[in-house]
Amino acid sequence: MIKSIFNKLGGTLLAASSLGMSAAHAVNDLPGGPAVNQFNLHPAVTSIAAEQAWLHWFMLIICTVIFVAVFAVMFYSIWKHRKSKGYKAANFHESVTVEIVWTIVPFVIVILMALPATKVVVAMKDTTNADLTIKATGMQWKWGYDYIKGEGEGIGFISALDATQREMSNNGGPKAGEIVDDYLLKVDNPLVVPVNKKVRIITTANDVIHAWMVPAFGVKQDAIPGFVRDTWFRAEQIGDFYGQCAELCGKEHAYMPIHVKVVSAEDYAAWVGAEMVKLAAKADDPTKVWTATEIHARGAKVYAANCAACHQVNGKGAGPIKALDGSAVVLDADKGKQIAIMLNGQNNLAMPAWKQLSDTDIAAVISYTKNNWSNQTGQLVQPADITAAR
Amino acid sequence: MSAVLDHHDHGHDDHHGHAPTGWRRWVFATNHKDIGTLYLLFSFTMLMVGGVLALGIRAELFQPGLQLVNPELFNQLTTMHGLIMVFGAIMPAFVGFANWMIPLQIGASDMAFARMNNFSFWLMIPAALILVGSFFMPGGAPAAGWTLYAPLTLQMGPSMDAGIFAMHILGASSIMGSINIIVTILNMRAPGMTLMKMPMFCWTWLITAYLLIAVMPVLAGAITMTLTDRHFGTSFFNPAGGGDPVMYQHIFWFFGHPEVYIMILPAFGIVSQIVPAFARKKLFGYASMVYATSSIAILSFIVWAHHMFTTGMPVTGQLFFMYATMLIAVPTAVKIFNWIATMWQGSMTFETPMLFAVGFIFVFTMGGFTGLILAMAPIDIQVQDTYYVVAHFHYVLVAGSLFAMFAGYYYWSPKWTGVMYSETRGKIHFWWSLISFNVTFFPMHFLGLAGMPRRYADYPMQFADFNMLASIGAFFFGFAQVYFFLFIVLPGMLGKGEKASQKPWEAAEGLEWEVPSPAPFHTFETPPKLDVTATKVIG
Repeated sequence: MIKSIFNKLGGTLLAASSLGMSAAHAVNDLPGGPAVNQFNLHPAVTSIAAEQAWLHWFMLIICTVIFVAVFAVMFYSIWKHRKSKGYKAANFHESVTVEIVWTIVPFVIVILMALPATKVVVAMKDTTNADLTIKATGMQWKWGYDYIKGEGEGIGFISALDATQREMSNNGGPKAGEIVDDYLLKVDNPLVVPVNKKVRIITTANDVIHAWMVPAFGVKQDAIPGFVRDTWFRAEQIGDFYGQCAELCGKEHAYMPIHVKVVSAEDYAAWVGAEMVKLAAKADDPTKVWTATEIHARGAKVYAANCAACHQVNGKGAGPIKALDGSAVVLDADKGKQIAIMLNGQNNLAMPAWKQLSDTDIAAVISYTKNNWSNQTGQLVQPADITAAR
Repeated sequence: MSAVLDHHDHGHDDHHGHAPTGWRRWVFATNHKDIGTLYLLFSFTMLMVGGVLALGIRAELFQPGLQLVNPELFNQLTTMHGLIMVFGAIMPAFVGFANWMIPLQIGASDMAFARMNNFSFWLMIPAALILVGSFFMPGGAPAAGWTLYAPLTLQMGPSMDAGIFAMHILGASSIMGSINIIVTILNMRAPGMTLMKMPMFCWTWLITAYLLIAVMPVLAGAITMTLTDRHFGTSFFNPAGGGDPVMYQHIFWFFGHPEVYIMILPAFGIVSQIVPAFARKKLFGYASMVYATSSIAILSFIVWAHHMFTTGMPVTGQLFFMYATMLIAVPTAVKIFNWIATMWQGSMTFETPMLFAVGFIFVFTMGGFTGLILAMAPIDIQVQDTYYVVAHFHYVLVAGSLFAMFAGYYYWSPKWTGVMYSETRGKIHFWWSLISFNVTFFPMHFLGLAGMPRRYADYPMQFADFNMLASIGAFFFGFAQVYFFLFIVLPGMLGKGEKASQKPWEAAEGLEWEVPSPAPFHTFETPPKLDVTATKVIG
C-alpha cells in the first residue's frame, strides 16, 4: 500500500521534472541503463532493488518532512525575530526538558528508520541456494566471466568495452548528430543469465580492486584481488541491463562496463548449447604448429582485444605507454624476452601480466607484433614456446 | 606555568609595537597571531591550487568524451584535489583560526609551545611543495584517489612515495599543532575561565585536537605499510604476497572517519559563536553542545566501515556499522536544534558572518540528511562510489567547513586587520557562493542516484546535461572565491576600509572583544581578571 504510493509519487515527480529539462545532446533513454537526466534510482528489476528504492523514498520523505519542519521554524524566526522589526531578544538559554525531548525524538526516529533497513540487509546478504553461480573477475580493464555451477557450467569469456566506443571517447565523444544511446556501455560479450533464477555472482580480481555494479538489480560488490566475495540477484524481467565498474582501478576505470542480458529459460538453454559448441571448436591444440598467415590473423584479434587500448592500434603507445613499433624487445632475436614480459608484466605491472591468456593467444600476439607495422623480423613464436616458458 | 611562556620577548617588548620586522618576523615567527596569519594565507593558497585542479576535473566533464585531459591525468587531478583540499586547505585553515583565536578567547598570552608552533607551520611548506611538485615527476602525480587504496597504490610511479612522504610531514605538523592546542587550552586559561565557561570554538578545537592525536598516527601507519609494500618486499596489503587490500581500507577509514569530524567540529564551534552574537541572545544549551560534540567525537571511532559496505562484510558487520552511523544523527540534530533555539526570539541582524552561519546550518543539514540516507546499507549499495557520495561530502565539507570559515573570517577579520570589510561585498560573496555551490553540487545527487560512478573521466550520454550544469556552477563558485580574496581579504590586509571598533558586533561576547582592533602584537601578557561569566575583563 505505502509502497505503491511511493512508486506513484516517484513516477509523477520524475515525469514533472523531466519536462523542465531539455536534452542538449541527442540521446535517448537506454532501457536497462540510465535514462536521459534520470533523477532517481533505476527502475527495479529484482526484489532487492525494489526494496532499496522503497527505502530510499521512505528516507527521502521522512528527511524532507523533518527538514521542512525544522527550517520552517528557523525561517519563521528569521522573519519575525529580527532587530529591524524592533523585536527584543528574549533571555532564555536553557531547558532540560526541551533538550531531553529533542534528543529522544531523533533517537526514536532513527530506530524506526533502521528497522526496515535491517530486513533488507539480511535479504541482500543471503546468497544461499543459487540456481546458477558465475565468477566475475575484474581485470584492468575488463571483466572475465566463468560459469562455475548450474546450467552452462564451463562457459567462460572476457567482456570488454566495444573498441570503437573507446576510440570515440578519445576523439571527444560522439559527434554532433551521432546518437549513441549505449555510449561506454556496449561490450563485446554480454553476460547472459536466465530470468527468474537466483544467480550468485562471485567476485574477485586479478590486479587491483574493481566493483561489479548493476543498478537495476540493486547489486554492487567489490571485486578484490586475492579474495572472493559474493552477491546475488534474481532478475524478474527479460532485457538488457547495464552497469559500470564502481571502484577506482586505474586509468581505464571509466571503460569497463557491465552488460547483463536476461533471457527466457529456453533462450538461455539455446545460448548455452551454442556456447558449448563454440567452446569445443575453440579449444586449441597447444602443440599445433601455426603458419605465418594463420597466426598473424589470430594475433591481430588478440591484439585488438587486449593490447590496443594502451599500445594503440598503430603500436606507437602514448605517454608512459611504450611503443611496440620499433621496440628493441619486440625486435630482439631472443624471443624469450618478450615472452617473459607477456607472462610476468613489467614496470610494477604498469604493463600487466597476461598469463591468463592461452598459450596460443600469447604466441599469436607476440608473432603479430614481431611482424607488423615496421617490425618485420620474420620470427614466429609457437604455442609450444609459451608452454615451455610458463 | 612560566616555563611555557616566551620569556625572550618579555624583557624588551613590554610596550607594543616592537615586533621583529621584515622576513624574520615570519620565518622566525613565534607569535600566535603571526603564525595564525601564515596558516590562513597558506591554506587559502592551497584552496586556490586545489580549486584549479577541481576546475580541471569539471572542465573535462563539461561534455562527454575526452577533450582536455587523458584518463591518467584525470585520476591525478581527482586524487590531488582531494589530498590538497583535505590536508592543505581545510585542516590548516582551522589551525590558523585556532592560533589566532584560542589565546585571545581564553585570555592567554600566546600558544603554549611558541617555537613548536613555528615548526608545525613551516613543515607544511615543503610538504605542499612536494605534493604539488609530484605532478612534474615521471609518471605524474599519484592517481589512486585521495583514499590511496591498495593495491592500486602499488602500481603508482615514484610520485606515490613523494606523496606518502608529504603526508607524513603534514601528519607530524598536525600532531604538533594539536598538542599545542591541547596544552594551551588546558594550562593557560586566565583565572576564572573554567572549562564550562570556555567559548564553544575552544571546546570544539579541544575535542578536535584529541581526535587528531588519536588518528593521525593511524594514517601514518597505513601509508608506511603501503611504502614498505612498494619497496621493501612486505605484503601487508599486497594480495600477491598474501596481503589483504581490505585491511588497508579498515585502517584508512579508522583514520578517515574521525578525520571528517576533525574537519567539521571547529566549524560547529565557529557557528556556535556567531549565531548568539547576531541573535543578541546567549547560545541555547551550552552544556548540551559540549556533550553533543564529545558524543560525535566518540561515535566517530566506531563507524568507519560504513565507507566499506560494498567490500562485502558479514551481515552483523553491516548492521553494526549501519546502526552506529545512524546514531550520529542524534547529537548532530541536537546541535542544529540548539542553533535554531538560539535564534528563536532573538533580535537578529544579518551581517555577512550571520548570513554564512545561517547558510551553513541550512546547507550543511542537507549534507547531514544525505549522510543519514547513505548510512542505510541497502541504499548505500546503490549509491556507494557514485556522484551521490561526491554531492554528500561536498555539502558537508564545502557548504559545511568552508562556509563556516568564511563566517569566521567575516566575524573576526575586524579584530585581525583593524578594518571592517565591505558589507555589500560580503553579501555579494555570500549569495554568489551559495547559489553557485548548489548549482554545482545539487545535480550530482541525481547523477549518483542514476548510477554515474565517481572518478570517471568520461560518462554515458544520458548524464551529459547535469554534468554540464555542475561544471558551469563550479566555475562560478571558483570565481566567487577569487572575488573574495581580491575584494575582501586583500583590502583588509592592506588596511583599507572603515576603522573597526574594539567590538564591532553589538552583542558579541568573549575576551577577543576586550582587546583593541587590530589586536596588538602581544595581548594578555599578564593574566586578565575576569568577570563571573568569563566574558569580560575587569581590571
